[in-house]
Amino acid sequence: MDSNFKTELVEAIILAHQNLEGPLLPILHSIQEEFGLISEDAMRLVASKLNITRAEVYGVVSFYHDYRQKPAGRHVLKLCRAEACQSMGSEENAARLLARLGLDWGETTPDGRLTVEPIYCLGLCACAPSAMLDGEIHARLDAAGLEALALEAL
Amino acid sequence: MGLIQEIDYGTKASNATKLVSLRIDGQTITVPEGTSVMRAATELGTQIPKLCATDMLDSYGSCRLCLVEIEGRAGTPASCTTPVAEGMVVHTQNAKLAKLRKGVMELYISDHPLDCLTCSANSNCELQDMAGAVGLREVRYGYDGANHLDAVKDVSNPYFQFDPSKCIVCSRCVRACEEVQGTFALTIDGSGFSSKVSPGISEAFFDSECVSCGACVQACPTATLMEKTVIEMGQPEHSAVTTCAYCGVGCTFKAEMRGEDVVRMVPYKDGKANHGHSCVKGRFAWGYATHRDRITTPMIRAKITDPWREVSWEEAIAYTASEFKRIQAKYGRDSIGGITSSRCTNEETYLVQKLVRAGFGNNNVDTCARVCHSPTGYGLSKTFGTSAGTQDFDSVDEADTILVIGANPTDGHPVFASRMKRRLREGAKLIVVDPRRTDLVHSPHVNADYHLALKPGTNVAIVNALSHVIISEGLADEDFIRNQCDWNEYAEWAAFILQPHNSPEAVAKLSGVPADIICGAARLYATARNGAIYYGLGVTEHSQGTSTVLAIANLAMLTGNIGRKGVGVNPLRGQNNVQGSCDMGSFPHEFPGYRHVSNDTARQIFEQDWGVALSAEPGLRIPNMLDAAMDGSFLGLYIQGEDIAQSDPDTQHIIGGLSAMECVVVQDLFLNETANYAHVFLPGCSFLEKDGTFTNAERRIQRVRKVMSPKNGYGDWEITLLLAKAMGMDMHYNHPSEIMDEIARTTNSFQNVSYDLLERLGSVQWPCNELAPEGTPTMHIGAFVRGKGQFVIADYIPTDEKTGPRFPLLLTTGRILSQYNVGAQTRRTDNAKWHEEDLLEIHPHDAEVRGVKDGDWVKLVSRAGETSLRAKLTDRVAPGVVYTTFHHPITQANVITTDYSDWATNCPEYKVTAVQVALSNGPSEWQSSYMAHSAESRRIGAIAAE
Repeated sequence: MDSNFKTELVEAIILAHQNLEGPLLPILHSIQEEFGLISEDAMRLVASKLNITRAEVYGVVSFYHDYRQKPAGRHVLKLCRAEACQSMGSEENAARLLARLGLDWGETTPDGRLTVEPIYCLGLCACAPSAMLDGEIHARLDAAGLEALALEAL
Repeated sequence: MGLIQEIDYGTKASNATKLVSLRIDGQTITVPEGTSVMRAATELGTQIPKLCATDMLDSYGSCRLCLVEIEGRAGTPASCTTPVAEGMVVHTQNAKLAKLRKGVMELYISDHPLDCLTCSANSNCELQDMAGAVGLREVRYGYDGANHLDAVKDVSNPYFQFDPSKCIVCSRCVRACEEVQGTFALTIDGSGFSSKVSPGISEAFFDSECVSCGACVQACPTATLMEKTVIEMGQPEHSAVTTCAYCGVGCTFKAEMRGEDVVRMVPYKDGKANHGHSCVKGRFAWGYATHRDRITTPMIRAKITDPWREVSWEEAIAYTASEFKRIQAKYGRDSIGGITSSRCTNEETYLVQKLVRAGFGNNNVDTCARVCHSPTGYGLSKTFGTSAGTQDFDSVDEADTILVIGANPTDGHPVFASRMKRRLREGAKLIVVDPRRTDLVHSPHVNADYHLALKPGTNVAIVNALSHVIISEGLADEDFIRNQCDWNEYAEWAAFILQPHNSPEAVAKLSGVPADIICGAARLYATARNGAIYYGLGVTEHSQGTSTVLAIANLAMLTGNIGRKGVGVNPLRGQNNVQGSCDMGSFPHEFPGYRHVSNDTARQIFEQDWGVALSAEPGLRIPNMLDAAMDGSFLGLYIQGEDIAQSDPDTQHIIGGLSAMECVVVQDLFLNETANYAHVFLPGCSFLEKDGTFTNAERRIQRVRKVMSPKNGYGDWEITLLLAKAMGMDMHYNHPSEIMDEIARTTNSFQNVSYDLLERLGSVQWPCNELAPEGTPTMHIGAFVRGKGQFVIADYIPTDEKTGPRFPLLLTTGRILSQYNVGAQTRRTDNAKWHEEDLLEIHPHDAEVRGVKDGDWVKLVSRAGETSLRAKLTDRVAPGVVYTTFHHPITQANVITTDYSDWATNCPEYKVTAVQVALSNGPSEWQSSYMAHSAESRRIGAIAAE
């Protein structure tokens, strides 16, 4: 069991959403918000409380990239890798940043401060390349701008 | 004899009545509205390429191979998800479609191992077939890109392996687990290229929620999910359709063979009971037929303390006949008898009762139905006029409220449970009456609307209370009662039911079920458009078993839930052929067709056909045989395929009786527990080694077909014939079909049954006679078989088995999915991996006050005896109730059960025993001495073996 897991808290989250139509996604969102991830124990508890199988919960958790089974860094930087941003040099900028941080896609800095993840289109093609830091969007990021953004998080 | 190839129509049949005509590739076809274009094409014999579609599952439209062009419509729709329309013109083959399909196949094959020659699915692979069908000649993408070829195999399930490197992620396994089995154990992990099939939270199959029913393996179009036997042996070369020999559901299987070796058992889509589905027992647990423990040479011994001596069939049969004759000469004609087996065929059962009645000259024949569903036979015969369930299994598809009493179908009748669960997912309501929280009460996607967790032994009170609520709230179906039942009898019964002691408030006190739950359940059942009752041994195996059956029948008549689809009273019968063995006259008081032996007309029919005078006196029931043995008046017993020493209650009494006999003959596959007390062992054969028929719980007579030579030399029916001949009887049949002809000739409800008819129709439900030439799926339509339905007053009388200071807990018994009854077969398969020992389920509160922790050895003591087993703490059982299974001989669960039995039929009260539980440090004294005796008595002499 992960050290942060609190049965009562997860149960309370489930209880708060159980009467919704299609309660699974909101419950998973809340659990992730509370714990930063959705652990196996949480999945088992959700399955048992919603009277569905572990497989069903896991299918949903693993389908959506935004549901985490491992904790992320304190800050999460999502770099758009879709076509428009690629055409504006996002791949090169990203490669440089990852090299500078010594990370691969999806990895977290050793101090646990920053995770860099790919995202496929933020809907900001007109002002590509774009990125999202902790839920806030940033556009027209050249190499320097991206690095500055990342340093802000570090 | 070739391999039976079933056509896969790609999507399910539509049962719409409106017909639609369309043209497919220039041919016109008319099909029911709602049929898919793919299915319509298949019915024309046109194969549209497909991978994700199969007719066991809802259409899915993901593989993009089944694209077609439809005139006047844009694009290339998937034919599996496109329903037919009037006047539609479909093209399934043209250059554009060919290019699209080839492009799709290229993508599939670019991430699939090219090891067809060494692949276990070689020659039976849909992916391979489709590559051929679309004319795939090259893969432009090459094979070097990112792929899944290194994915690791999961071999954790004993019967099949999962090789994700061959997976095309069509989701057929995931959908089969959900739609067909209803277990939802599989999912797709991830999305896009990283998608992969995952049991549970990325678990191994064995550790996941998987129940090993095999639906996923059957659905897999590649070698990804494959039976280990196919991997070891190769693809089968011929097959035969036969009937499973486990439970009373009676699933139809194709036995797929290589020579005389079974490669696999595959559920047959045309099987009317299972419609192509199976459970872990029928699908996989057939290896016992060739298990090393199987005895194939006859053996005899003078005393049960002697080692066995292997002898020839001639010697064994001659010895048995001479012993039986000697005993009869010395102690009288009634001093011997026989027990028929509900595991054997109708024909074999018929022969044993004929041997007893016509050969032994008495009616001392009984069967294991005595200990399971004898109250059903008696109760339903009295109220409705037939000793059987009223419906077919398909009926559940139209049930709106399902009332399950004393049955645990997800473990005991898994394939029927899957069908019931599907109906529940469609919205049917569910009431469960069971002391234990079974999976039907609460498990993924199943949640009973009402759970009446009654105190064991209070069934009659509960069912009467349901009727009380229905009558007092004016929910009775008066029209039905006036038209189809005797109103005066009803009025008398209703007056009894309305007495205060049947009120929910009064019954709440003695059953422990709150009155509002009883009221709610009664209203739900009574107000349903179709209310269906299913019940099991939790109803019958009580001192008031017959009373509960009567009360259930009353409840169904009261609400008019009889005589159409979706309703009825349905006993879920335990053994594969327990219905058949009862039909075949296995009871001491009844000829085949439930005609009393004192009925002169019936007796004359058999006297004429058999050419001997028959006794009009009912013979001895099993418990009476054992009592008579102790008294010294019953000394010879021919037991075909039943292990009374393990399965019947109060083991010490059984053993006492058996030990007192002079010639006990056991005919079985294995040296079972009863054989420890036998003088003659006649090796029996499995259902794979003989021809015959079984009759399932829905009265369906189905063929059993011989696919291998009997390992012991003879089919069980032939052994009975040998014995009959040695006893001096003139009884001869060339084939079991001739026995069925005799049954048809002498028994009206089977009048029209013949092997030819079964060949033609696949199966038939009795009554099958001049009134119903092709059988009767639903009984009592318009009128009851007995004329007017009879309301019989069945009052609740508490069992004499009561708790008290010495025995404060109530023990009830049941089964588990992977094991079957006494486990003689399933323990000799890998099913043992799921259930290595019987455990005592005990509520944490009861455990705590006794200092018992999970996994501790505990002593279980009743008035009858004591045994030891390990405890499992669970709140599935209520405080005050403990529960165990009886699959392992070491458990000796029936040392505990008492000799209390049903007032009408002697069916033992397995389901209620007052017990005490205490910590212990290992097996009890009885268990140790029993096991020592068991080892001793199983010795086979060295001399004979030389």
